[in-house]
Amino acid sequence: MLRFLLRRLALALVTLVLMSVLVFALTAVIPTDVARNVLGNLASPAEVATLRHHLGLDQPVYLQYWAWVKKLAHGDLGTSLASQEPVGNLLFPAMKNSLKLAAMAFVIVVPLSILGGTLAALRRGRLLDRFITVTGLSLTAMPEFVTSIVLIVTFGIWKHWLPISATTPDDYSFRTLLTYLLLPSLALVAVLFGYIARITRAGVIEALEADYTRTARLKGVRGRTVLVRHVLRNALLPTIAVVATQTGYLIGGLVVIEVMFNYDGIGKHIKEAAYNNDITLLQGGVLIVGVVYLTATLIADLLYSLLNPRIRQGGAS
Amino acid sequence: MSAVAAAQGVRSQARRETLWRLLRSPTFLVGTLIVGFWIFCAFYGSKLAPYDPLVQYDNDITVPPGSTSVDDRHVHFLFGTDQLGRDVLSRVLTGATDTLRIAPAATLVGIVGGTVLGLLMGYFRGWLDDVLGRAIDAFLALPLLIVAITALTGLGHSNRTLVLVIGFAFSLTVSRTVRAAVLAERDLDYIQAAQLRGERAPYILFVEILPNIMGPIIVEATVRLGYAIFTVAALTFLGFGVQPPSPDWSLQVADNFTLLVQGDFAWTVLPPALAIASLVVGVNLIADGLQETLDR
Repeated sequence: MLRFLLRRLALALVTLVLMSVLVFALTAVIPTDVARNVLGNLASPAEVATLRHHLGLDQPVYLQYWAWVKKLAHGDLGTSLASQEPVGNLLFPAMKNSLKLAAMAFVIVVPLSILGGTLAALRRGRLLDRFITVTGLSLTAMPEFVTSIVLIVTFGIWKHWLPISATTPDDYSFRTLLTYLLLPSLALVAVLFGYIARITRAGVIEALEADYTRTARLKGVRGRTVLVRHVLRNALLPTIAVVATQTGYLIGGLVVIEVMFNYDGIGKHIKEAAYNNDITLLQGGVLIVGVVYLTATLIADLLYSLLNPRIRQGGAS
Repeated sequence: MSAVAAAQGVRSQARRETLWRLLRSPTFLVGTLIVGFWIFCAFYGSKLAPYDPLVQYDNDITVPPGSTSVDDRHVHFLFGTDQLGRDVLSRVLTGATDTLRIAPAATLVGIVGGTVLGLLMGYFRGWLDDVLGRAIDAFLALPLLIVAITALTGLGHSNRTLVLVIGFAFSLTVSRTVRAAVLAERDLDYIQAAQLRGERAPYILFVEILPNIMGPIIVEATVRLGYAIFTVAALTFLGFGVQPPSPDWSLQVADNFTLLVQGDFAWTVLPPALAIASLVVGVNLIADGLQETLDR
């Protein structure tokens, strides 16, 4: 178990290092003169040169990368070029907001899609199965802003049930927060439902056809007990892994949804950073997203192995 | 008849049967019908459209569906106008063009690149596979949309960079699928036979292995096409994809959705949003039909 854990951690670290190179390389190709941007058009060439030197922009790229990583190691993400504020001060509160939204979406989507997937598997090949599968597939493939528009128009404008912007008034209670976040999280639920339900369905079908299920049935265990103790217990394992791999996707979707609902989350910051050529903010944002994704994958791996005795006891992996 | 000719006869007959099964698959047919309609619109939309999608009727800003122009009583806005006074119906009918140019091109780049990469990785294994595999994992750990936004900011916004960026990212995903398919083939007898005959690697890769893994590649291509439309739409909505004044659907939604805060201007955004929805569903129905038929 410990070896497995260490191996996973090491792999995650390697991926993290590669990712930081990638993020830096991606942003390094942005052809803007950062110093000129900060100082404006009226600054003299000498002033620009001084600032360039001060920011370390006159050094070779690999040294710039090294300097960036060294600062990162101290938890310093740099200063935003557009607002002159520390990147961390901008991004961590935004990340918290995004996590609130994501958490709400997860709380809705996980039980819903497990239920949907299980029902589809139990009614395999019938109308209900086709309906759940096709709806899920179509919703997953739909760009988030399309789903959002339909949700906003239906529940926010034709029926005045929910607010269409996710920015809450200043003094809000937990209940107000929930009403404000419901529409955007439903847009996320729409994207995730199909995928998780499909994996659940496949897992349940496999478990239903397994020998242990037949044995349980034949020895006279009640139908519901078979479903919960034998089928679901085995079928939900792959589902957990999938739920975690969806985090990256979820954050990608957050960009669009946060812009759509004018919500102050990390996705909206990344979009605006790219829009304003705010390179340090962009680097920080993309890196945080990557770290969150890696952490989620790692947790999923651990959960998976904890729930799966074959891995837990160090047998076949 | 020689054995080779007989084998070819069997193969072409099998192909005909697959085609026949496809044509009887309702999901495939409905999908083709929807996508076909939008492809037709991409070519001839400007002839179908009642008015020029770019013309701004300055005195008819955001008029509701069914209105008649203030300036010209012969001009009727069946779907209303947007906040620049442009005819929504005309823009929906012409709005598929850019997406339907970029998405298939990006898919093609991704499939070709990913196939070559996957063939090499799966066949040679070793350090090449290890190093590339790690790098691809790191790349795919970042959400595609965010990578694309960053790359497009660096490389500039044009339809060509859009194709290249999406195509490149896709080639990495496709390479995994192809690699897995190659791994299943590489230890089979016919590969060993070819190696013993002294065939060179490129011949084995492209003449021996490639034809045998075409099934998964075709399915992957249709699935990718769906994702390409998805990605182009999302990027355009955020301002990093297709640029104005294109009547592109996502651009239309992006231009007008802020109006919704002010009241019921649903007609400015709902038609283009539903148009995207129908295109996406159509492509997925085709993918589903293909998968069902080829898997059998």
